[in-house]
Amino acid sequence: MAAWDHADDAGAQRCFAVCDQVVALVGDRAEAVVTRTTGRSALTRFANSRIHQNMDGEEDHVRLRVVVDGGRSAQATTTRTDRTGLERLVEGAIAAARLRPVDPDFPGLAAPAPVVELDHYDEAVVAASPDARASVVADFVATGTGLESAGYCSTEGGVHALVSTTGHRCASRTTMAQVDGIHRAVLDGGHPADGYAQITSSRLNDLDGRRAGEIAAQKARAGTDPISLEPGSYEVVLEAKAVAALLLFPAWLGFNGKAHAEGTSFVHLGEAQFDERIDLWDDATDPRALGRSYDAEGTPKRRIDLVRRGVTVGLAHDRRSAALAGVEPTGSSIGSEAFGGYPSDLFLGGGDVSPEQLVAGVARGLLVTDLWYNRILDPKTQVVTGLTRNGLFLIEGGEVVAPVQNLRYTQSVVAALGPGRVLGVGDDAQLVGNEGGIAHVPSLRLAAWSFTGNAQG
Amino acid sequence: MFDLATAAVEGALAAGAVYADARVMIVRYESMSAKNRVVEDLTQTDTAGIGVRALIGSSWGFQSTPELSAAAARRAGEQAAAVARASARVAGPPLELSPAPVVQATWASSWDEHPLDDVGLGERADLLVQVTGAIADAGAPLAQASHQIWDTQKWFASSEGSRIDQHLVECGAVIDATAIGDGETQRRSYPGVRGQFGTRGWELVRELDLIGNAPRIAEEAQALLRAPQCPETTTTLILGSEQMALQLHESVGHAIELDRILGWEAAFAGTSWLDPRQLGTLRYGSDLMNVTADATLPGALGSFGYDDEGVAAQAVDIVKDGTWVGVLSGRDSAPLVRLRSGGMVRADGAARLPMVRMTNVGLLPGESSLEEMIAATDDGIYMDTNRSWSIDDKRLNFQFGCEIAWEVKDGRLGRMLRNPTYTGIGPRFWASMDMVGGADEWVFWGTANCGKGQPMQVGHTGHPSVPARFSGVRVGVR
Repeated sequence: MAAWDHADDAGAQRCFAVCDQVVALVGDRAEAVVTRTTGRSALTRFANSRIHQNMDGEEDHVRLRVVVDGGRSAQATTTRTDRTGLERLVEGAIAAARLRPVDPDFPGLAAPAPVVELDHYDEAVVAASPDARASVVADFVATGTGLESAGYCSTEGGVHALVSTTGHRCASRTTMAQVDGIHRAVLDGGHPADGYAQITSSRLNDLDGRRAGEIAAQKARAGTDPISLEPGSYEVVLEAKAVAALLLFPAWLGFNGKAHAEGTSFVHLGEAQFDERIDLWDDATDPRALGRSYDAEGTPKRRIDLVRRGVTVGLAHDRRSAALAGVEPTGSSIGSEAFGGYPSDLFLGGGDVSPEQLVAGVARGLLVTDLWYNRILDPKTQVVTGLTRNGLFLIEGGEVVAPVQNLRYTQSVVAALGPGRVLGVGDDAQLVGNEGGIAHVPSLRLAAWSFTGNAQG
Repeated sequence: MFDLATAAVEGALAAGAVYADARVMIVRYESMSAKNRVVEDLTQTDTAGIGVRALIGSSWGFQSTPELSAAAARRAGEQAAAVARASARVAGPPLELSPAPVVQATWASSWDEHPLDDVGLGERADLLVQVTGAIADAGAPLAQASHQIWDTQKWFASSEGSRIDQHLVECGAVIDATAIGDGETQRRSYPGVRGQFGTRGWELVRELDLIGNAPRIAEEAQALLRAPQCPETTTTLILGSEQMALQLHESVGHAIELDRILGWEAAFAGTSWLDPRQLGTLRYGSDLMNVTADATLPGALGSFGYDDEGVAAQAVDIVKDGTWVGVLSGRDSAPLVRLRSGGMVRADGAARLPMVRMTNVGLLPGESSLEEMIAATDDGIYMDTNRSWSIDDKRLNFQFGCEIAWEVKDGRLGRMLRNPTYTGIGPRFWASMDMVGGADEWVFWGTANCGKGQPMQVGHTGHPSVPARFSGVRVGVR
């Protein structure tokens, strides 16, 4: 994408103006970091093959973090950007900070640093009309003759600016557009069969409702009259959506530098905890990513290697967890020191094998479209339970031979990706929106996945 | 503020809406968390905005703005109508709104100590610092505590003439201790994994006696590291009231949401195993199962005066003597199953569309007690405090984990067990309920983090519950 210069952007300048106003109101009473986010968020939702919920909204909020006495901090947010609202924001935050105990581990605010001016942005997304979203929905629904469809088309984006009393100033603009939906084949008295598809992009033109609908419809039609399988350990091919779901808990609770320092993470730096086919990294600066060019504290984003050829090599840090670990912050703050760092632009390295070839290598196993309602039992073992959803198929002799009723699994995610357990990596790496964020991931073929229950319990 | 809501409604009507309603909301929020004697996060949020719904034909549109001015409100109303017109490009069948009496009303929740205005910030912070200190002193390497507070004012206006203003104060707190072993962690929470929240003032937090319970949870977390694994077997299961609240939330509360039953959440939250044609005849559980959705319970987190469609809070029977008799509904969903709105539609802010939400979905007390359940059990397991929760998209097949369990042998509690889990199919599980705790064990649990909808909204729900006993349950799934 073309470079963007925030100095030429009126929206960014409006954000800076309010941030500067807040910094002036703080004066010399505190250290401060101020951000303003402006933009638009719209989502057109459909079910039973009709649009049933349709929302559009303007967004504008200012977030202030102040620090007094070298370690008493508080943060406050407001949607009221007139002078009265900003004064209230500032006075409230300073008063709150003064009443707090000093944090002995306060690392100081981010110093000015060069920020790569990313441009994961498409003006057409911000300007998208309700009619534009309805057109994408109409295209998706039209591919499901005889099927019931449900899902959404969303467009969101805007401009963000950050100003601090250290002199740091940066701005970023981002957009995200998605079409995400199912087609459902409904059988008289039988199990409905769902097929799923999603397209996630920073660009509106990438939202092809017809293409997504055709994928979902094909899968729904192939899923009718599913067989019931006994629980047990099966070789699996996980499609990209399922892989994104699988990575949520390692990313959230494992590669979190604070969790690692506290001893609740599974991570052992320098150890071959994963199969050598696994390369995992965080990189908002990649043109395929959607994130901002700096984190909530203003630390510039850069690539962080987390796993290199199976060896765990990195962690995501905010300023506080980095200081405690004696390393540089990685630009992974989500604005909560209580949480720590999160790799919000995750990439799992793709392979050179098509998803069809992954399936072709399986003597007997399961093709999994999605993993749903995933909940972790213990962050240290990374044992997670959840269910399959939106398409589960039996593979025999390298071919998909039958749809299968959904199964419950209980499985350590790290063990499933452990040395010798990854039998293939797909060449279909793509952006996938999932619970907890966006990841760029391929399909995976894994040696074993533990299914612990079926529709009978 | 009624002027702004009215301007939004008028804007929508002028742009062609046949019905419109609007909410002006001002919300003050605070969250604070501490770990090992250090307050790590203090966030205060001041949110204001207008959200307006417009109906054209059978199609809805919704628009929000953070700008509190008459001009912005009117523009939002006009834009809501434009969004509704776009919805009509993929329209559904004709839509009927359940009748709602035109109301001019004011309602406020009750509180003794306003958590933000009557209790100093320093006092709120000191409590978290002290309680994490007490947990750490008792030997837990990770001690955490947090509270959340909401002060919500909203002004509702509809094109039918209703004008309602409400003021709700909600708060609650949670503490937990984590013990770290070689290959696993063990956590104990109090009063529950999601804490305890209510539509009450700071007196709720004082009544919890967080500091008094801190040493116990620290000791239990460490003891769990040494405890034997919960065996994998099928047995009699006794659940404490906190875990019962989660059981009710997941396998009853979401299943009875009429929008799910009608397929409106099919792509995300999911549907329901319930068929509306079976309302009034389907067996949901044993004769001991009596569930209500009661938004009028004083102090419970799912209580309010009027929902976000201007319908008064109600108490609705959901399961009566084991038979399914009721749903959670709103004005556009209830007529589809020939009901009137149950007044159960809410949004988590002005910028979000109101949708069907649980109120206080709770189990009515029976005639037993936890002590009697244990005494009456020859061989079983007693579990409490939720740790993990996962359930399928029809709210039928669940697997839940608890923080702690004990063997029950010959009518007495035995060894502590770690990593307890149980699994089941909703109606079979509820049919096996053979003992239910009494009124003196009835606790109005509050869940402040119920996710639903797209964009995701976080709802506040209540779950009055008591301990209960179930037979033939598969436990120890790993």
